[in-house]
Amino acid sequence: MADKVLMKGNEAIAEAAIIAGCRHYFGYPITPQTEVAAYMAKKMPKIGGTFLQAESEIAAINMVYGVSSAGKRVMTSSSSPGISLKSEGLSYLAGADLPAFVVNVQRGGPGLGGIQPSQSDYFQATRGGGHGDYHMVVYAPASVQEMASLTVKAFDTADKYRMTAMILADGTMGQMMEPVDLESLKVEPAPEKPWATTGTDNKREHNIINSLYLKPEQLEQVNFDRFKRYEQVEANEVMFEEYLMDDAEICVAAFGIAARVSKNAINAARANGIKAGMIRPITLWPFPKDVFKKAAEKIHAFISVELSMGQMIEDVKLATECKAKYMLCNRVGGMIPLPDQVLASIEEAANGGEK
Amino acid sequence: MEFKRITIVCGHYGSGKTNVALNIAYNLKAQGKKVSIADLDIVNPYFRTKDSVDELKAMGIELICSDYAGSNLDIPALPDRMYAITDDRSSNFVLDIGGDDRGALALGRLAPAIIKENNYEMLAVINKYRPLTRDTDSTVEVLREIEFAGGIPFTAIVNNSNLGDDTDSNTVIDSLAYAKSISDIMKIPIAFTSYDERLSTELSGKIDNGFKLKMQKSLLKKEC
Repeated sequence: MADKVLMKGNEAIAEAAIIAGCRHYFGYPITPQTEVAAYMAKKMPKIGGTFLQAESEIAAINMVYGVSSAGKRVMTSSSSPGISLKSEGLSYLAGADLPAFVVNVQRGGPGLGGIQPSQSDYFQATRGGGHGDYHMVVYAPASVQEMASLTVKAFDTADKYRMTAMILADGTMGQMMEPVDLESLKVEPAPEKPWATTGTDNKREHNIINSLYLKPEQLEQVNFDRFKRYEQVEANEVMFEEYLMDDAEICVAAFGIAARVSKNAINAARANGIKAGMIRPITLWPFPKDVFKKAAEKIHAFISVELSMGQMIEDVKLATECKAKYMLCNRVGGMIPLPDQVLASIEEAANGGEK
Repeated sequence: MEFKRITIVCGHYGSGKTNVALNIAYNLKAQGKKVSIADLDIVNPYFRTKDSVDELKAMGIELICSDYAGSNLDIPALPDRMYAITDDRSSNFVLDIGGDDRGALALGRLAPAIIKENNYEMLAVINKYRPLTRDTDSTVEVLREIEFAGGIPFTAIVNNSNLGDDTDSNTVIDSLAYAKSISDIMKIPIAFTSYDERLSTELSGKIDNGFKLKMQKSLLKKEC
C-alpha cells in the first residue's frame, strides 16, 4: 500500500520504460500523450539517459532506428497524427528487424481530428501502419497498472522477436490517474544482441543494419523468414481477459476504455437476467482468435464496443468465421460510449438483435 | 474556514489542484459569499473545472474558463473574463492554475495587480504519492519553479496527499511529516490537509486543520 504511487497512464508508461532499462527517448509533443515526454524530460537527465525533443516525428522515429541498431532499448511516443508521420520509420524498423517500443495514445481522427480519446487507429496498428508486409505486437491496456506492466512486457517482446511492440492506448487511458504498484513489475534482462552495430574491435565481420535487398529472391526469403517469426509470436504472445464467459450467451468484445465501460454494462445486464460476458483482447495483434472461435460455439451474438466506426469487429468476424450475429456499439470523434448505451445493445442482442 | 478574496491554487500537475479549487469555491459559497472559480489551465486540455460546469451552475458559482476547455481544440487560451479577478473586488475568486512552472506562467499577467491589492493566498498543493514529488527535495524543487514562473511567492501549503480510490486514513496520516518538512523548508504554514469526506470519522481528532473534500471532480473514471 505504502509503496503505491498515484500516476497518470502516460507517466506510468514513462516510468515503466525506465524500469525496463530504456535510457533513450525521442519524441515530439502532441496531446494527449505529452506527459510521456514531459516525464522523460524530467527523469532522463537525472539517471544518465537521453531525452531528446526531435524537430519532427519523422526525425524521432529515425533516432529510434539508430539507437536500436546500436542494441539499446529505445522508445518514442505520440498520438494518432504523429504515428502516421512515424509510419515510414515503423516500416523501416520492421524491414531491418529492429526491436523498438512505440506508444500511440489515440485521439479522434481522421486528419487533425481532435484531442479527445479514440480507438480508431486499430487498423493502422494491427495491420502494420506503414508499407510492406509486416506486423507489430500491439498491446491494449485497460488500466494505469496495465499501462506500466504492458510497457515492460513490450520491451521484452520487442527484443525477443526483433520487432516493434506498440502500446495502443486512448486519451482516457493516458490521462486518467490510478494507484500503481511499480515494484510488482517483472523485468527480464535484455537478451544478447550479436547483430547490433557496436563496433567490431577488428574481431568480427561488420554488422549491417539495412532493409534494402538487391536480389528479389533474397528479399522474398527475408520476408518468409520474418513471417516464420510472426508465427511464433502468434503461438506464444496472445493475451486476453475473459469476463463472465462461462455461461455467457452474448459476448461483448472490447479493449481499453471500452472494456471498462462494458464491464459495468455486463454487470447491469446480469442483474436483469441476461447472460452477458466479455472477451477483452489485451494483444490486438496477435488477435486472440482461438478464444473467440471457441466462444462462437455457444455465443449467438457478439457486440463489438469500440471508439471507432467499427474496426476490431472485422477481426471478431474473421476469428469466429461469421457464425454468429454481430453488432457494433460505438461512439467516435472523442466521445465515449456510456454503460447505458452498451446495456441497450446487450438488451437488443438478447431480444434477437440484427444480423 | 477563512479565505482571502483571491485564492490561487497551484501545484505539480496531478496533485489535485482542480479538486481542491472546486472545494474551496464550494466552501466559500456555503459561507454565503459571492464566488467565481477561474480555470486558467493552459497546460492540460483534459479533466478540467469545465467538467463540473453543471454542479457549479446549480450552486450559483460562476465559472470563468476558456471557450476551448473540454473541446477538441488544444489551445493554451485564457478567458477574457479573467480580468474580473482583479477588477471586480465585490466577489471572491478561486484560481485553478495549470500544472508546473509552464502552467503558472498564466498568472504573470495578473500577478502585479494581485500583489498590489494584497488580499490573496497563494496555495501550493502537494501530494506525496505522485511519482515526481515523492520526497521533500523534489517537491520543493517543483514549487520553487512554479513561484518563479508565476511571479507570486507561495503563502501556504495544502497537503492533498492521496492515492485516488485507494486512499485510506493511513494514506493521509503517513503524509503529515512530509507536509511538515516542506512547510519548514519553505517557511510557510500548512493551510490545511484535505481529504475525502468519507474519511471524516476515521481521521477525526488526528489532523490539525483538516479540510473535507465534499465535491469530487466528475470524472469518467467514476462511471467505469
